[in-house]
Amino acid sequence: MTAVLSSSAPETSLDADAGATTRTPALAVAFRSLRRTFGTGAAAHTVLRDVDFEIRAGEVLAILGTSGCGKSTLLRATAGLDSPTAGSVDIDGTPVQGIDSRCAFAFQEPRLLPWHTLQANIAIGLPTGISARDGKAKVGRLLELVGLTDFAKHRPREISGGMAQRASLARALARNPGVLLLDEPFGALDALTRIKMQDLLLDIHRAEPTTVLLVTHDVDEALQLADRIIILGKEANAGEGAAPGATIVRTVHVPGGRPRDRGSVELARMRASLLETLGVDSR
Amino acid sequence: MTQLRNSAFTGTNVADGRAAAVPATPADAAQPGPPLTGAGGPPANGWSPAGILANGWARLLLGLIIPAAVLAAWQLSTAAGVFSVVQLPPPAMVLDAAVDLLQRGQLGQHIGISTQRVLIGFAAGAALGLVFGSLVGLSKFADALLAPTIGALRAVPSLAWVPLLILWMKIGEDSKITLILIGAFFPVFTTVSLALRHVDRNLVEAARAFGLKGVKLLTTVQLPAVVPAVFSGLRLALAQAWLFLVAAELIASSMGLGFLLTDSQNNGRTDRLLLAIVLLAVIGKITDALLGLAEKWAVKRWA
Repeated sequence: MTAVLSSSAPETSLDADAGATTRTPALAVAFRSLRRTFGTGAAAHTVLRDVDFEIRAGEVLAILGTSGCGKSTLLRATAGLDSPTAGSVDIDGTPVQGIDSRCAFAFQEPRLLPWHTLQANIAIGLPTGISARDGKAKVGRLLELVGLTDFAKHRPREISGGMAQRASLARALARNPGVLLLDEPFGALDALTRIKMQDLLLDIHRAEPTTVLLVTHDVDEALQLADRIIILGKEANAGEGAAPGATIVRTVHVPGGRPRDRGSVELARMRASLLETLGVDSR
Repeated sequence: MTQLRNSAFTGTNVADGRAAAVPATPADAAQPGPPLTGAGGPPANGWSPAGILANGWARLLLGLIIPAAVLAAWQLSTAAGVFSVVQLPPPAMVLDAAVDLLQRGQLGQHIGISTQRVLIGFAAGAALGLVFGSLVGLSKFADALLAPTIGALRAVPSLAWVPLLILWMKIGEDSKITLILIGAFFPVFTTVSLALRHVDRNLVEAARAFGLKGVKLLTTVQLPAVVPAVFSGLRLALAQAWLFLVAAELIASSMGLGFLLTDSQNNGRTDRLLLAIVLLAVIGKITDALLGLAEKWAVKRWA
């Protein structure tokens, strides 16, 4: 009897903190001489070139740039949804080849399956091999984290855009991702909802401190959320004969712990400077 | 008629309620004389067609108006002696023929065997259509490999298959069911393969990003996304199945509604001939309505 008890005890305790033990540690990401050209021959169009950058494990990196500069392409290459023409993306030292299970993606649109409940949609993000019981518990915790517990059985069309985007975020988190990829996830939301979602993301990052790559066109959002910001664009002093395609033109370290004071003078000064790099006059 | 008028009144209320909430509601446009007024019809202060269509029973009654009118015209014209009994027997004679065949135990047999052939052929054809439609819709390779052949086979008129099928399979159930299978296959194949090509790319990409691929991707995203299209394909296929059933039974059979048609033609039994046509219409409509109910449920569930 004692033997039975002692042998079953560790199993029970394992089940109990399955959520904690299945968490994947945050992973470092590196872009190595990454280049992406679409098309071939005369129609070839280089979007990204010579992208070299290292992101520390657990860091929040914001990727800024004007529309069409290759921000999303960089993110898609990291997820393995797109493959670079040259160079590579390394996650935790190994190059990305094909869809990478260490990453989780949240898109600009929620992209939830309309015929599933929110619960079932979030469950799609669960890593393979997780038991049904652990999966259910994890989905329950995530619903709570993003404040959708009461809407677990609702369909996507029955909820607001902000709620759908929260569900999309929860689906990405269900992976226990080593790298969380966010492609303008709050871009389509109204200003107030956007601020709430940014605060939610900070809460999530505190609870599950994973590496985050955030593509955004919102300078304030980048300043509010990121440890560092990179700006993609054409090099300013390049002449007519310069290589086509965008690359990293500026890297900014954002000081101070989060959450940051949205009215801070220092952030306002950085904001003006970043906008200038992006070619916008801040006045 | 009383029921119709009652529902007409509720219809008015609904329409008025809407008009109060949204001033732009074209309630006024619906006011002028109702199109179906009988002698001493509903009061002229108006009911809207939209209101009546919202009520299921009223809708059913509305749908029965034309069949009832046809029946009445049939009865009147035969009673007045416009047609000879061989050309067009009165409705009562057709009913008698039905009772007669029923008592001999033949009517049930004809209906049973025809329905069985349609259901088996439809099920097999639809299943194959779903499989090949999925292949061609999802894989460019399968599309290049199969689509030209299937397209060419599709161009062959249905009746052209009959002699070959009889030669290969003899005059049994197999040749008839195969012909129906061919008829049911193409509508499902075409709708499924086309619909799969237009599944929201964003949804597919999102699912792929979460590691879904192959059969799992198909059953999780692609097939659910095409459920409404699949059902419209299935309804077309069912109509085709009945069409091909009659083609098969007209040519070579000893039982079934198609046989009843040719047999009655040969024996000059116009009453039975009309009975077979009415039965085909009624049974075809019933099976289509059942599939329509399933479609309603599926579209609600999956879309």
